[in-house]
Amino acid sequence: MSRPAEEPRHAITLTVNGTPYAVEVPARRLLSDCLRHDLRLTGTHVGCEHGVCGCCTVLLDGAPVRSCLTFAVTVDGHAVETVEGLAAGGEPSAVQRAFGECHALQCGFCTPGFLMTATALLRETPDPTDEEIVEGISGNLCRCTGYQNIVAAVRRAAASERT
Amino acid sequence: MATRLFGEPIARTEDARLVTGQGRFLDDLGHDALAAAFVRSPHAHARILDIDVTPALDAGGLVAVYTYEDLPGRVGEPLPLLIPHPALTHGRTGYPLARDVVRHVGEPVVMVVATDRYAAEDAAAAIQVTYEPLPAVVGIENAAAARHLVHDDVPGNVAAVLVQQTGDAPAAIAAAPHRLELDLAIERSASMPLEGRGVYARYDPDDGRLRVHTSTQASTSVRMAIAAKLEMPPVQVDVVTPDVGGGFGVKVVHPWPEEVLLPWAARTLAGGGAPVEIKWAEDRREHFVSSAHERGQLQHVRVGFDDAGRVLGLDVEIRHDNGAYTPYGIIVPIVTSTQLLGPYKIGAYRVAATSLYTNTVIVTPYRGAGRPQGVFCMERTMDAIAAALGRDRADVRAANLIRPEEFPYDQGLTFQDGRPLIYDSGNYPKQLEMIRDLIGWDDFAALRERARAEGRRLGIGLGCYVEGTGVGPYEGGHVQVDTSGKVHVATGLTSQGQGHRTVFAQIAADELGVPLADVEVTTGDTRRFGYAVGTFASRAAVLSGNAIALAARKVRDKALRIAGEALEADPRDLEIVDGVVRVAGSPSASIPLRTVAVLANPLRYAFDADAAAATQFAGTGPGDDEPPVAPGTEPGLEGRDYYSPPRATFASGMHAAIVETDPETAEMRVLRYAVVHDCGPMINPRIVEGQIHGGVAQGIAGSLYERLVYDETGQLLNASFMDFLMPYATEIPHIESDHLETPSPLNPLGIKGAGEAGVIPVPAVIAAAIEDAEGIPIHSMPITPSDLHTLRSHP
Amino acid sequence: MKPPPFAYHAPEDVPAALRLLAEHGAGAKVLAGGQSLIPLLNMRLAAPAHLVDINRLAGLDAIAAGPDGVRVGALVRHAALARHAGAARTQPLLRRALRLVAHPVIRNRGTVVGSLAHADPAAELPAVLALLGGTVELASASGRRTVEAAEFFLGPLEPAARPDELAVGAWFPAAPGRSGCAFEEVTRRHGDFALAGVAATVTLSDDGRVTAARAAYVGVGSPPPVLDLTEAADGGADLRAYVGGRIEPEADIHATAEYRRHLAGVLTERALRAARRDALGER
Repeated sequence: MSRPAEEPRHAITLTVNGTPYAVEVPARRLLSDCLRHDLRLTGTHVGCEHGVCGCCTVLLDGAPVRSCLTFAVTVDGHAVETVEGLAAGGEPSAVQRAFGECHALQCGFCTPGFLMTATALLRETPDPTDEEIVEGISGNLCRCTGYQNIVAAVRRAAASERT
Repeated sequence: MATRLFGEPIARTEDARLVTGQGRFLDDLGHDALAAAFVRSPHAHARILDIDVTPALDAGGLVAVYTYEDLPGRVGEPLPLLIPHPALTHGRTGYPLARDVVRHVGEPVVMVVATDRYAAEDAAAAIQVTYEPLPAVVGIENAAAARHLVHDDVPGNVAAVLVQQTGDAPAAIAAAPHRLELDLAIERSASMPLEGRGVYARYDPDDGRLRVHTSTQASTSVRMAIAAKLEMPPVQVDVVTPDVGGGFGVKVVHPWPEEVLLPWAARTLAGGGAPVEIKWAEDRREHFVSSAHERGQLQHVRVGFDDAGRVLGLDVEIRHDNGAYTPYGIIVPIVTSTQLLGPYKIGAYRVAATSLYTNTVIVTPYRGAGRPQGVFCMERTMDAIAAALGRDRADVRAANLIRPEEFPYDQGLTFQDGRPLIYDSGNYPKQLEMIRDLIGWDDFAALRERARAEGRRLGIGLGCYVEGTGVGPYEGGHVQVDTSGKVHVATGLTSQGQGHRTVFAQIAADELGVPLADVEVTTGDTRRFGYAVGTFASRAAVLSGNAIALAARKVRDKALRIAGEALEADPRDLEIVDGVVRVAGSPSASIPLRTVAVLANPLRYAFDADAAAATQFAGTGPGDDEPPVAPGTEPGLEGRDYYSPPRATFASGMHAAIVETDPETAEMRVLRYAVVHDCGPMINPRIVEGQIHGGVAQGIAGSLYERLVYDETGQLLNASFMDFLMPYATEIPHIESDHLETPSPLNPLGIKGAGEAGVIPVPAVIAAAIEDAEGIPIHSMPITPSDLHTLRSHP
Repeated sequence: MKPPPFAYHAPEDVPAALRLLAEHGAGAKVLAGGQSLIPLLNMRLAAPAHLVDINRLAGLDAIAAGPDGVRVGALVRHAALARHAGAARTQPLLRRALRLVAHPVIRNRGTVVGSLAHADPAAELPAVLALLGGTVELASASGRRTVEAAEFFLGPLEPAARPDELAVGAWFPAAPGRSGCAFEEVTRRHGDFALAGVAATVTLSDDGRVTAARAAYVGVGSPPPVLDLTEAADGGADLRAYVGGRIEPEADIHATAEYRRHLAGVLTERALRAARRDALGER
């Protein structure tokens, strides 16, 4: 199979954590790779590249999506939120604080994906039941924690944001 | 008086970075490095007839292509056999790039280096390799039948036969009042950390230095292996462990082909010019087919017992699938053979473990490392004894337990560290009481009846184990107080999420008397600490924890001596509180530790204002007849020490679970899971609990969801997360736990390891509970609803 | 696992998209949600020369819920349809099926029409379309056509769409009065493809007798079997045997064919019971 000597690049603009970035990427550049290597925002992690593990989860126009199953060119002009944007003015968010307080992370590799998923969950459902929490995080894999403390952390974040 | 940190469930120091996305995992580094990708064998067993790289040569961004033919000298030799053993008479390892023959799907054949990973994969996809497929050996039965061989020079596909015995088991069984035979099958799964392996190598021709970042559990050993393969002095090679996204055993194997090839390629491409950096971060498919699994064992048990269920003789034959090569020796079957005995005193024991080759991915330790298989064997046997006698399963265990007054208890075998298998401490009868209580063992029969009246099927299972933790040979610690008062701690072993930096800081802060926030810990960096073994076998807290404590005590003693001279006080009257050395009971006579650090290094030149206190005219030195640095001491407020254990120290635990099975769909659900655990005094109880939760989750995963499925041609049918089913939050129950603390008499801190505890007895417990619910013997794990449905119709 | 290179097209309107499909035909794949396509590309199991990204096409994200049923455009995401109150009232089976499709995060991008066009026998939505007797609207440079569900799913991953056709919408009929529905499935993990699944509708007469009962099946063959169970559901008959004899499940590494057959029977009973209770307003 022959391939073009030089792959065409597309000029796109992504607004990430409120900052516009102009980059030129090949069409097949995954959003996960664009964020990590073109924009040097390495907080979003890559665990499987087939959409199952959730490590790559970011918010696209406010909704959590798998950045490994998104081409950067498809989301030209859209807004992306990553873990690097959660701490407002250097202050960790309630979700970030709760994860630390509840020992909801060990190796930390799956954590950004959970933080983004939980952040979106709590924005939409500020007072979730335990069932809603478990359902909400049911698409993210963690190999270290057994999930118990992650559920506790989301519960705690919800409670702390209400007070 | 500051509170002691040891034993406190404090929050981790690692977390602030990790929750803000500031982790530095392997693929977060080296943005400008070249990228490597591999052509890997699509066949389980084949001869390589031809490798045609020409279609790849005009691929955009290609830098280099390498095959076995390109590998010089030691680089082209087989990878090391890490753990030799007399019984491993036919150990075999692979080449970094396949030489003539490939022996499992995924074995690396060609390495491509390109400007980025996309281009490297394009080039790799264009390379044409011609293979002559050979018959593949898959599964233990086929390996043992040996109609075909994995290695031509390994008769019967047998890598090793290891027999251990105490007493005369066959005779004891023959003479026993009762006898049973069982056939058991247990598959583990694979570590499957969410971050795969990765190597990032940088070679600088100017100073001839090689720096390798690798996502490993054994950085110092990787360094020695790379230095040996590249024929470089180790002092020219630095190996640095980045943040690691989980290891669970798979990252203790080394050197991977990639760990040899990337440094070699970086040096080769650099020539005499500019530094070259190359990075490889494996993708998920590569991890499935080219890292390591811990797959199956078949066990045949013969047991003789008395009316109370006491085991008088136990004879076990184990057949173990070790995959295509044996770089890690026969550690897994050794651990199975020895840890099978659990917390019990068995009359006579004989175990014969045969380790067999198959044309599949290599089998090396995965959390538990052979213990789950051994515990499955012993615990299913205990349950079978109870069933045969009509006795309560917990009562049968109780009859066999080693009593607290019987320690040290010598099982008469040789453990995986080459040392005698002697249990040092524990309280198994107390644990049994605690787990019976926690799960409600004695009330369960009533619970089961109430459920049955509602048409529900419930069962309860119990599993007991011991774990020899904290194996040697040693670990070391270095503790240094700098002139700002900050304490820098380093140890050579590595971290993959266990919170080492927190617990080691707790230990150092306690020993020195400084605030936790003033302590910084580095692990896994040969630039900071060069002698180490690695993180595995639940040893890090025991080994490095103790070494750091001992090093800190040296620093403390030195600090008190120097402070004593400065304060004109007897060091025995001094204490260190919140980083200040003071006369106990007289806080005004004090000197901050940072000043002691200054005084510890007699200076000619004051590099800052504080340093003036140590210069020659400051009047702080010893008397005119004393040399500024006393013989036998060193400048600086630092200390280094090592802890080398006489043998393993024994942690232990008991788990119980209540499982519900659906009478119609055969779905199985864990309703309750309870853990009683003893790892001695806990440095940080919250971290220990986290380890238990994660271990139990992996145990449940391996019991009900995960199985690596090879077809008869050696293709791995589920080499992706879509068909290899790792559980989500919806599949893992809440875990209840209780702790017992029996200190270890073998180390200064009295601690035992905790990393693997959660996973060890889980398959045994779940199998027991399902059997209890269904009344069908469950002798093979893992089990799926489809399996249970089939068993129901064909018991 | 990086995708192979392709020529990328992001047409701004439907005619432009159709011209591209006409030109490139089998050499092109359509990118909507990408949740099924991109994993295939990442694993290099597919290597289309052209990718036609339809995410910029205006007007295709509409959901119209009316007396006759629910019409969805090609860019309606699973999550959007699941949230749509009017759609849930008009055809309750949609929301019940959608909450079983993959995971919430996948549902934010994956599209309803994309799932139909992918025609995976293990997916929920093709069975729903088949059960309800819905349609898929296909457009090409040479015109439009509407294909009935019974003709749309030719085989596993084999929809009736020609390579030059774009699925631009789907229509799900409204639930009749005095009817109820249910979706029962057994998965290995939450959110996985079903080992077996049953979508069922039951219609009752004024005095509570079953006048119609139908079920469609997930994970037991393609096209998704649709069974009329009106008589078989009337008690007495061995429903499991009736169902078991009319489906052809296959074995894979997760389950035997016999187990899937067994599940289909058990789940049919459960689904019909639940649908009947739903029709009586007892849900």
